[in-house]
Amino acid sequence: MIIEQIDAQLPGTVTDRHAFRGDQTIVIARENLLAVVALLHREGFQLLVDITAVDWPEREQRFDVVYHWLNLASQERLRLKVPVAEGESVPSLTGTFKTADWFEREVFDMFGIRFDGHPDLRRLLTWPDFPGHALRKDFPLDGGDPFCMEGCTAPYNNGERN
Amino acid sequence: MDSIALSRQMLDGDRMIVNMGPSHPTTHGTLRIVLELEGETIVRATPEMGYLHRGVEKLGENLSYQQFIPLTDRLNYCSAIMNNVGYTTAVEKLLDIQIPKRAEHIRVLMSELSRVADHIVCVGVNAVDIGAFTAFLYLFKQRETAYDLFEMAAGQRLHTSFTRIGGVFRDLPEGFVPLAERFLVECSESIDELERLLTRNPIWHDRTKGIGVISAEDAVNWGYTGPSLRAAGVPQDLRKAQPYLGYETYDFDIPVGTTGDVFDRYLVRVEEMRQSLRIIRQVLDRLEPGSVMVDDPKVALPPKEKVYTRMESLIHHFKLIMHGMDMPVGEVYSATEAANGELGFYIVSDGGKNPYRIRVRPPCLPIFSSFEDQVKGGLIADAVAVLGAMNIIAGELDR
Repeated sequence: MIIEQIDAQLPGTVTDRHAFRGDQTIVIARENLLAVVALLHREGFQLLVDITAVDWPEREQRFDVVYHWLNLASQERLRLKVPVAEGESVPSLTGTFKTADWFEREVFDMFGIRFDGHPDLRRLLTWPDFPGHALRKDFPLDGGDPFCMEGCTAPYNNGERN
Repeated sequence: MDSIALSRQMLDGDRMIVNMGPSHPTTHGTLRIVLELEGETIVRATPEMGYLHRGVEKLGENLSYQQFIPLTDRLNYCSAIMNNVGYTTAVEKLLDIQIPKRAEHIRVLMSELSRVADHIVCVGVNAVDIGAFTAFLYLFKQRETAYDLFEMAAGQRLHTSFTRIGGVFRDLPEGFVPLAERFLVECSESIDELERLLTRNPIWHDRTKGIGVISAEDAVNWGYTGPSLRAAGVPQDLRKAQPYLGYETYDFDIPVGTTGDVFDRYLVRVEEMRQSLRIIRQVLDRLEPGSVMVDDPKVALPPKEKVYTRMESLIHHFKLIMHGMDMPVGEVYSATEAANGELGFYIVSDGGKNPYRIRVRPPCLPIFSSFEDQVKGGLIADAVAVLGAMNIIAGELDR
């Protein structure tokens, strides 16, 4: 339902779509995110349930930032995915949804994806000089040696900290 | 570290910094809040979390689907069974299987029991934080009985790991139903006692009314779910709105508040306990003998006597343990109504033995993110009341 409306009002933004076990998913480019989100918000998708990301290291655009929405009136759910490459950033949704604040901080903390326009993009779960981003697929399961604070290098990413 | 340094810089002599936590009796787990005070008024509150971060999602990517169940116990450890149910429901959605009726009934029964236990902790501890100790003691007696019931069914009190993909670990033991019947009567009496102690108590009113007020629009915008959202006046309950486990066949009501303050959240939780008892009553009447695991050798382990006597069952057992289930490629998001709100599991499968990505959507993270907004301009004592009513469980918050 909502996907037809997006098609009608913002033609060409949805680059891919699929439905699996009753879950609706659409994929859009990051340039179109704010326009689509404004439309979703107008159409009653007021509860931003979750923001997370999935790492696919072998892909050219290695991350999918995944948003889940719920329409409280019609109880319709929508999953929106934005593919981004390493180093690219995504527009922040904190202007429309206050709940995006911590969810985006968590995604930044765990994946290192930056959000443009976020008022305070700090790490949420780990400490400020934690080496690397823990939920990336190339981050070791045992965490490398994160407790070595002095002269410690990140387990990947050429020792660079961000 | 940043937040402290920043606050010191802005310190102009009139302001005082108070550290609440990481281990403070009212923080309900290890979390830290840096309060900046002018007199006793809170000017800023900077929550810091992650003290209990174990990397549950990362571990989940390296464990098989069945092995992840014990980790879900440790999310919201006050109502572990609801986490078990939420997770296995998500995997069952991915597999597209239906569990037997009796397993459904047992899951509903245990979920509602743990909802009562969770609300008991939340309401009781919130009252203790504010200074009303007796209510806590009256309620905790009932919580003990609830935990005895968990122990009878699952063999564990706290970390139950009760569900399995395709059903539950085992059938209810003898003596469970009579104890549950007794619990229904006694718990209902204890809730009455609690209400007599608190609901019309003028001190309780002074401490909770008008504290942590939030409008329905703000609550939705902050991503509130569960009792906190309902206290703000939005009748959103996944058990009614998007029924799972046959909740649409039970007769129960959704309590809704008006102002969203601490008092309304208390009232909503108390009424939810009563409604949960109603649901438990109905389940007990419906319980019929039957299988508690799905009859599918690709999903459920065959019974031990068959494994030792039949070749085919032995092979199924071996295949399931060594190679795991045949998972379809795809992604699902499945949400259940936990005691704190919408508990969501987002599972991405690439067809392998382990989930490719598993995301837990904790209900109290968005609620806690509004903490500064809720306590700004209030007193420290109010911050304690608000924190208690939010029902922050650090295990779920930090994962």
